[in-house]
Amino acid sequence: MNTLLVLPIMVPAITGMCALLARKARGLQRVISVVGATALFATGVVVAYTVQTSGIQAVQMGDWPAPYGITLVVDPLSAGLLAITGFVALAITIYALVGIDEMREKYGFHSLFHLLLMGICGAFITGDLFNLYVWYEVLLIASFALLVLGNEKEQLDGAVKYVGINLVASASFLTAIGLLYGLTGTLNMADLAGSMGAVREQGLEPVVAMLFLVGFGIKAALFPLYYWLPASYHTPPAPIAAVFAGLLTKVGVYSLLRIFPLLFPEPSGYTQGVLLVVAGGTMLLGVFGALVQRHVLRLLAFLVISAMGYVVMGLGFFTTLGLAGAIFYVFQDVPVKTSLFLIGGLMERETGTPEVGRMGGLYEYRPLLATAFIVPAFSLAGFPPFPGFWGKLTLIQAGVAQEQWTIVAVALVVGLLTLLVVAQVWGRAFQQSPALEDQEQFGAGDSWRVRSMLQGPVAVLALALFVLGCYAEPLFAFAHDAAVHLKDSGPYIQAVLGG
Amino acid sequence: MEQVLAIVSGAMLAASFYLLMRRSLLRFVIGLILLSNGVNLLIFTMGRLTRAEPPVIPKGQKVIEGAYANPLPQALILTAIVISFGLLAFTLVLVYRHFASGQSIEADDIQASEPREPLDVDDSARRLPA
Repeated sequence: MNTLLVLPIMVPAITGMCALLARKARGLQRVISVVGATALFATGVVVAYTVQTSGIQAVQMGDWPAPYGITLVVDPLSAGLLAITGFVALAITIYALVGIDEMREKYGFHSLFHLLLMGICGAFITGDLFNLYVWYEVLLIASFALLVLGNEKEQLDGAVKYVGINLVASASFLTAIGLLYGLTGTLNMADLAGSMGAVREQGLEPVVAMLFLVGFGIKAALFPLYYWLPASYHTPPAPIAAVFAGLLTKVGVYSLLRIFPLLFPEPSGYTQGVLLVVAGGTMLLGVFGALVQRHVLRLLAFLVISAMGYVVMGLGFFTTLGLAGAIFYVFQDVPVKTSLFLIGGLMERETGTPEVGRMGGLYEYRPLLATAFIVPAFSLAGFPPFPGFWGKLTLIQAGVAQEQWTIVAVALVVGLLTLLVVAQVWGRAFQQSPALEDQEQFGAGDSWRVRSMLQGPVAVLALALFVLGCYAEPLFAFAHDAAVHLKDSGPYIQAVLGG
Repeated sequence: MEQVLAIVSGAMLAASFYLLMRRSLLRFVIGLILLSNGVNLLIFTMGRLTRAEPPVIPKGQKVIEGAYANPLPQALILTAIVISFGLLAFTLVLVYRHFASGQSIEADDIQASEPREPLDVDDSARRLPA
């Protein structure tokens, strides 16, 4: 049995439990958390390397043969996301050592954080539809607890919206699972791919596809189901918001990328049309929301939504190039969103206000922070040589090849508007001179150690993104490989069933 | 029997959608309870109903002969019930805490995380010179 594939679930599970046991010893808890995050990163890299060198890996839990037991399966898409998850988890953990207050640590921030990672990794590697639902619930309950940790009025308020809509999303997902099971008698994704004929005969394919789209679309914050995101993501402290923004919406998008090409390889024009309309609406409304926001984390939350639209656009083309662009975009968007939220938290901390318009002088007083902001921000806007540019370029090429001119035009306009948003933040928060009372804030700042623990992870993320942008070829080849495997699911099905 | 359960499940889902769209948070939570139970019933029905044929292997035999009830949907529902129970417990406590923190449980008044502030359009004084 291939134990390597169990590690992405076991490592955060053990870390979370150990952190829970050590809840009285704050120092020990922090050590456990950092060690666990490092181990998860190492596991992710090893898994990605294994998949890169020896193809798709699958393991049957409890040695039950494939359609009957639960399969864990890692293809390039899952492997890439695992490695990136480990990377940003480590960055967030180090940032959180200073960015999370003592009270929240005492009430179990570290264990909840690692249990959330367990849910995310589980969702990335499972090959069973019902098991995917279970991992969703694991990450949901952990995220609920993280969201209300601290018990502030705004947090409770945002959590009510977040919890309510996510429970409805789970119900939609579960309904789709029930329908599929009733029609095909299997829940193994690879096995389902071969039994979808029964669903097609009944004419229920669009119904199941739409139920999945609603369920995953709510979690991925797609138009018109995204209202919960800007209502809740800005309420917890920055490290928690960063893990939500960096990873949670990506799980929804990952599930769309996993389910749609596998179960609906030749979608009806209806499904494709809905996907493209949803993509366009998500991009446009996300960036419109960001244009008028003044609270830095809420502004970033709207940009999270906008970026999801690009991924769904790539999925909507149903071509290898479109999927490759979408996957590359997801890969680079995880560190982009994580670092932007971490930076947003730092901007708030340094200037003492969440209002972008009242900040100022960050470029003068915190040049490292300003440099670290430029990389993810302009990557988001799609500026060369940052990685977002390559993702958008591929997606637009795929759109031109499909002659979907409307969505291509929308994507280009949204890119321009995103640039406007980012430039506005830059001008207001970084370049304008600070008000007098704010200047004193900078002088009173933190010790060197605290500052390096906050700015170090952000700087590393920015550096990684910059290198990725200048030398995008290996990651793009990896994403293209992942897209080929999504488009031609033969090797995936063989790895699961024919082992 | 399957038709009856299908109608019951549909009625529960319809009722839950009605409740989910009400403006009181308490009704919303009741809607969530109905929703998860309606979906569970749907999974149960989709697994086909076989009456009085328990999937138990008789003593001395290795396999079941003849028709038997499908045990898998029941396992799925059991998992789903446990999960939704936990989530609902959390939701109830959350709504209570929200109410206890001095806020209303009317959906229209849940505004603390998204304050209605007028757009401060005229901040040209603080804007950068082009």
